[in-house]
Amino acid sequence: MAEVALRNVVKRYDDVVAVSNVNLDIPNQEFVVLVGPSGCGKSTTLRMIAGLEEITGGEISIGGEVVNDLPPKDRDIAMVFQNYALYPHMTVAENMSFGLKLRKFPKEEIKARVDNAARILDISELLERRPKQLSGGQRQRVAMGRAIVRNPKVFLFDEPLSNLDAKLRVQMRTEIKRVHQQVKTTTVYVTHDQVEAMTLADRVVVMNGGKIEQIGSPNDLYHHPRTRFVAGFIGSPAMNFIPAKLEANGSGLRLRLSDRLSFVVPEARTTRYRGYVGKDVIFGLRPEHITETRGANGGAGQEFSTALDVVEPMGMETMVFFRIGGTEVCGRVEPTAAKGAGETMQLRANLDHMHLIDPATNAVL
Amino acid sequence: MSAVTTVATAPARPATARASLKRGRRWALFASYFFLILFAIFFLTPPYYMIITSFKTDAEMAHMATNPWFIFNGVTLDQYKLLLFGTDFLIFFKNTIIVTVCVVCTTMVVSVLAAFSLSRMRFWGSTVLATGIFLTYLIPDTLLFIPMFQIVKSIGLLNSYWGMVLVYPTLTVPFCTWIMIGYFQSIPKELDEAALIDGAGYLQMLTKIFIPVALPGIIAAMIFAFTVSWAAFVYPMAFLYSADQQVLTVGTVTSLIKADVYKWGMLMAGALLAAAPPLVIYAFLMDYYIAGLTAGATKG
Repeated sequence: MAEVALRNVVKRYDDVVAVSNVNLDIPNQEFVVLVGPSGCGKSTTLRMIAGLEEITGGEISIGGEVVNDLPPKDRDIAMVFQNYALYPHMTVAENMSFGLKLRKFPKEEIKARVDNAARILDISELLERRPKQLSGGQRQRVAMGRAIVRNPKVFLFDEPLSNLDAKLRVQMRTEIKRVHQQVKTTTVYVTHDQVEAMTLADRVVVMNGGKIEQIGSPNDLYHHPRTRFVAGFIGSPAMNFIPAKLEANGSGLRLRLSDRLSFVVPEARTTRYRGYVGKDVIFGLRPEHITETRGANGGAGQEFSTALDVVEPMGMETMVFFRIGGTEVCGRVEPTAAKGAGETMQLRANLDHMHLIDPATNAVL
Repeated sequence: MSAVTTVATAPARPATARASLKRGRRWALFASYFFLILFAIFFLTPPYYMIITSFKTDAEMAHMATNPWFIFNGVTLDQYKLLLFGTDFLIFFKNTIIVTVCVVCTTMVVSVLAAFSLSRMRFWGSTVLATGIFLTYLIPDTLLFIPMFQIVKSIGLLNSYWGMVLVYPTLTVPFCTWIMIGYFQSIPKELDEAALIDGAGYLQMLTKIFIPVALPGIIAAMIFAFTVSWAAFVYPMAFLYSADQQVLTVGTVTSLIKADVYKWGMLMAGALLAAAPPLVIYAFLMDYYIAGLTAGATKG
């Protein structure tokens, strides 16, 4: 177990900068998730930590030792791949023990470690099978087992659940979290799925365009995004973004969304936003903060009525879609309170959770 | 569950469409059988003629009045006995086995290593080299044998079957390397990365991961090298002239055809015996051969 540190790490392919000046400190035993859209540089960053990609600039250290020029085998890391990468001609036990055999561990220790990992992952009955005789979930467990037996300083996961179906993905997500709680090895996990990132991580690193947008705990990123990208990427359904103008309203502030609709900015926020009066801003509000007016969600908030475009029942909640000044907006309401498409519905926006974004810099104000 | 639902809700196909499909299938089957039988007759006729002839006496063959497609004067093994114990056939056979085993081994070592480095260890010029290797295969041995003659002569291996061990790989290595490149490229990149992280070096990666995973491709390449080496004609014809160094293909023909005297019975027996090893190998390893060639074809 060890800490991982990235200092000004750069990866360039000819003229294309894949990863630009990434700085990241991962303390011992932490579970860090790198999340972002395709091509954001998260996998490249992971592969640089693994030693599978050379770094163009900067410094990577594992356990205090700079590993820039060390081959993967000398970095004491273990990696779980998206397509499992199990050796097809070996049994599960052979797959798991391959790394230990190459490192010339005594037979008894290899057996003990394989048995222990198999017990942790509940694959003891599968040890004599070959990968093609296993289901996707079982293969993923074996891939994790191969990582666990090595007892490495760092676990690296490269989108390990992407090949699984939705139900199995949720199961394996819990499994990975459970395993980490047991073995407590420092873990770097790459995914494009923000739900995976939120549920698994001690800290989430949101990447975009080869740069780190924000690092923080899942709750921190969700409630206090620093950029429009993070605000939009974290959370499902995504945060609503509506072009608006900030107006003075006596001693307070008013946010004008359209000719017919404006909201009073909560008092607690007026000082923060006062400098932006008269300027165009982007108003961000999550769907769960646009609710029906009755019931438990009643309370703080400002009411407005709107004609619904689309209604999507989800069972425990219903998504309602409507337009404000040409922008489509999503709200989350109680199934029993939802009206049908085309009908007018009274909704309540809770501006205590609002965000304002500067359209010029895309920074959350 | 979903499959059941789909079946239940699928619209019933009209009876006429079903009937026409059935008729279409019948015609396709009929045509398939017709052409398969036609081709089987076409290709099995020569072997049949060889077998029949090899079991005939010289007297029956010389007697032109009988139907050559059947044996009328009784089956005899004289042609085989004479061939095996009265000619140098067994020497040719032994020489061919030595040459073929050496060529197959050399070819596999060279082409597996070459294919691994060309497909996995990215280095400057590797793509051009891979194409270059295949291009050399396109130059026929009928063009190469004169310059090859000079080379073999200059190193003193003229009229020695060891010369064949040296020159046959020029025919086998390019194609086998090409097959292996295709096969190795079809192995997911993550497998070598997993092996690298597990602590394997390039040689261990090759021996412990690539060779076992690419076994069908390797067997296909081995069969190819075996066939080329076993059946080569131009090079031994040009480079070997004494009976003790000769191989099956040329040896059988030169020792059993004296001027205008053709020893048909022994020629046919010799051809059959010479064809037996490839036949046995193909019969047992055909599936590997097809799998290997297909992988090479699609990925190469």
